[in-house]
Amino acid sequence: MDKLLLEDLYYSMLLGRYFEYAAKENYMQGHISGFLHLDIGQEGLSVGAMKAFKKGDIFTTYREHVMAIARGMAPDAVMAELFGKVDGVSEGRGGSMHMFSPELGFYGGDAIVGGHIPNAVGCAYARKLQGLNDGTMVVFGDGATNCGGFFESINIASAQKLPILFLCENNKYAIGTRIDKVSPFIKQTEKVGGYMQSLEVNGMDIVSVYETIGKAQKYLQEGNGPIFVEAMTCRFEGHSISDANQYRDTQEMKECKDADPILRLKPRIDAQKAHELEERAIQVVEEAVIFAKLSPEPSLKDLKKHMFTPEGLTHAL
Amino acid sequence: MLYREALNLALDEELKQDKNLVLLGEDIGAFGGTFRVTEGLFAKYGKNRVIDTPIAELSIVGNAIGMAIAGLRPVVELMTANFSLLAFDQIINHMSKIPYMSAGKIRLPMVIRMPQGVSRQLGAQHSESYEQMLSAVPGVFVFAVADPTYAYHALRQSIRMDDPVIFIEHELLYNKNSEVDVNAKVNPFKARLVKEGDDITIISYLKMLDDTLTCIDEIEKSLNCSCEVIDLCSLNPIDFQSLEVSISKTGRVVLVEEGHKMGSFGAQVISWAAEELFYLLDAPPLRLSGENVPIAYNRQLELASIPTPQSITKDIIQWGKQSGL
Repeated sequence: MDKLLLEDLYYSMLLGRYFEYAAKENYMQGHISGFLHLDIGQEGLSVGAMKAFKKGDIFTTYREHVMAIARGMAPDAVMAELFGKVDGVSEGRGGSMHMFSPELGFYGGDAIVGGHIPNAVGCAYARKLQGLNDGTMVVFGDGATNCGGFFESINIASAQKLPILFLCENNKYAIGTRIDKVSPFIKQTEKVGGYMQSLEVNGMDIVSVYETIGKAQKYLQEGNGPIFVEAMTCRFEGHSISDANQYRDTQEMKECKDADPILRLKPRIDAQKAHELEERAIQVVEEAVIFAKLSPEPSLKDLKKHMFTPEGLTHAL
Repeated sequence: MLYREALNLALDEELKQDKNLVLLGEDIGAFGGTFRVTEGLFAKYGKNRVIDTPIAELSIVGNAIGMAIAGLRPVVELMTANFSLLAFDQIINHMSKIPYMSAGKIRLPMVIRMPQGVSRQLGAQHSESYEQMLSAVPGVFVFAVADPTYAYHALRQSIRMDDPVIFIEHELLYNKNSEVDVNAKVNPFKARLVKEGDDITIISYLKMLDDTLTCIDEIEKSLNCSCEVIDLCSLNPIDFQSLEVSISKTGRVVLVEEGHKMGSFGAQVISWAAEELFYLLDAPPLRLSGENVPIAYNRQLELASIPTPQSITKDIIQWGKQSGL
């Protein structure tokens, strides 16, 4: 793999990691509130998938800060959104779980487990009708594969041969419930066999993730219909910041942290360069926090702004 | 022209003018639509514009949301309001909120059409009305239009809006026959003044509006008064301004609706009248609603669970006499 690309992947993972550290710290200090789903440990998957899926449309979940930044959103604006400020990507109306950027083809940020999958299928449907072939990637956890909408979606995507990549980030836990307690399968590829081809990848290895997602997107672009990719991964933190992570024992957590995707890639980066990239990531995150702190609160006069178009808003109660 | 033909014409003309417009729903294509609203459109525009879906309402609405995100203008048909319950997560958690949560970066120019209400012995799971729930959702406009000319124009304008619209129809209106004026000026956000009068303001919509109109002669004769009848048309927003003008004149207000009385849509209108117009009222408001019971299959039980022309006439006359008319 190209040296510059490896450095970019390494930097983006570090940026994600330090961003999440800062988010956690500022949550503890009371600057951030509500839900906060940290992506620490899963950066290899989040960054690798976003970087590999060139162009095309992305639909993802509530664990999205690292993906949003890897896709190209400014860390400043993402942090300001966590702070609920007016310079946040959603002007304080979305929060941690709801980031959108149509110009980057990034459509959330959805907080209903599995709820965004039918939306993504519709987008892929539209792309097929429009004759656009970069496809749509929808990212969800293992827990979402137990929802009704997931099964409706693989059925429709397969029946219509839609250009959609279903990316299952399998960290084996739906909040605190281990996947095999509520599903007959550990590997969710088992659920899609009759509908579409699937690929498996080690989500802790960013190079493999990058290559697999690239291959999967090519499959879409060639008009082969949908594809399912399952990446086994592991989060270092609880499901959200309020989850004390007591359902995983010390041994499991050790194995999880030993697989750190950043440490795994580090030997392939020149040591001096690795140090520089880390310093840069730290600085960008520090600046993002300062930006978020200085950004004003949204105006209360604008409470209903954006609910409808400006024209629609003139009719709203 | 029949009511369903007016809707068909509206869809046809919009399909002709906007290549990004797509219809999707169960059996709307080759089959022609359960209530024949989309009849002929599949043959005319093909399977990529008039899309047959599986029986999976959550996905029908979810797919439409994704299509709208991708730049299409989808119009969904749900076979009945009862089935819309399967899509409530997509309607409420997604369609109504994504534009706001994204600070307006995403707009959802889409329409969901659905018929509701008691038809003829279709049973408890195919006969209910859900405007009370749908109109309570911020971020969505809800129209429910009884008149074919208004329906034609309101649907066309709904399709052209860049905000999500829920367009509620009634199964027993589809074969209603009347002239359709394609050149009429219609504002779907405004209530329609159907009949002028001085003594009672009667507010209704959809099938109950038509049923109420059949009672007016007898009510007026019996109470020796004149009724003003308003077709609400828009359920969210509500055209309170037009209602206020009428109630200020009459001092009496009646609301007729088909939905269950508990938590009903009409309760919203009546509570507004009580809060805002209390000192203008000459009598307590009257709300005629469905009973709080699932709709039975048996015809007599079915009719006993909703207002009918007979019950509307009787209840309004009785209320009028008690309140000094």
